[in-house]
Amino acid sequence: MSTYLVYTAGGVLLYALGTYGLLARRHLIHKVISANFMGSGVFLILIGLGNRSPEGGPDPVPQAMVLTGIVVTVALTALGLAIVKRYYTATGIDNLDDEPSAGGDR
Amino acid sequence: MGDPRHFPALLPLLASGGVLAFVGRAVLALPPTASGLAVEMRDGAKASGIKNVVTAVLLDFRGYDTLLEIAVLMLATVAVLSLREDPAALSRRIAGRAGPVLGALTRTLAPLMILVAGHLVWVGSSEPGGAFQGGAVLGAAGILLVLSGYAQPAWAGQRIVRWVLTVGLLAFIGVALYPMFGGGSLLQYPAESRKGLILFIEILLTLSIGASILSLFLASASATAGGERP
Repeated sequence: MSTYLVYTAGGVLLYALGTYGLLARRHLIHKVISANFMGSGVFLILIGLGNRSPEGGPDPVPQAMVLTGIVVTVALTALGLAIVKRYYTATGIDNLDDEPSAGGDR
Repeated sequence: MGDPRHFPALLPLLASGGVLAFVGRAVLALPPTASGLAVEMRDGAKASGIKNVVTAVLLDFRGYDTLLEIAVLMLATVAVLSLREDPAALSRRIAGRAGPVLGALTRTLAPLMILVAGHLVWVGSSEPGGAFQGGAVLGAAGILLVLSGYAQPAWAGQRIVRWVLTVGLLAFIGVALYPMFGGGSLLQYPAESRKGLILFIEILLTLSIGASILSLFLASASATAGGERP
């Protein structure tokens, strides 16, 4: 088993784990974290697959793509957390199981 | 066992397993060796004068990706800033709480971090580093300053912060559009000034990225002080 496959398999596992969390978890912050898991999985896959060159040395294109992706993930996380936080201050609800109270603004 | 929430939900489990199988199969089907674009990129980077291949890919060969990425970061910052409730709450809560050790450490660390940020941008053309790394360090320096009780200086009003936030994107768009006036195409840097232009964009991007990270942190930290709801 080659080294690149270890990283790639780890990335695939992380991505599947993130998919489960995003769908199954009810808490809103858990969902944001799960989306982060999926992103990290994609990065691991890209970095792993970029390291298959026979001459040795990684392919710089996936590395640049991951660097771009990290910044986009930071933006996604910050926006997600801000929306969750605003929703919580507005309704007092932090998950998908609670019903909004009749008055709305508690 | 009574609470259905604690069982692994069937549908997400199926979806997750399906993803695992599909992506795993796709990955295993790829050939174990592939040289990708490493050789082309190394030659191209030599020709462009940017010795660090990743920087050359980010700002030269795939400049469009980076341009859109900065736009995404900017949009997210604008959205988060418009969602915040009380911008000054965090500063008020922290003000005057930092002890002498934290203060002394911050006074030593903050200038060093700004220096490191500048260094990362400068070496970005030949070694690992660049605008994003520099911007992250710069943003962290700002967060450190705010968390250890240094309030925003009076001149850092909303207007200036917004200009710093957008100057990177504006400069990048300007440099990207400039060759089109001479009949070139988008992001086709003129060969003789390529390195200078890339450095110019990188420096302004560093400022914008640092300001973005600081704004994202402050805006999401200030919404509710200490967890109690207003």
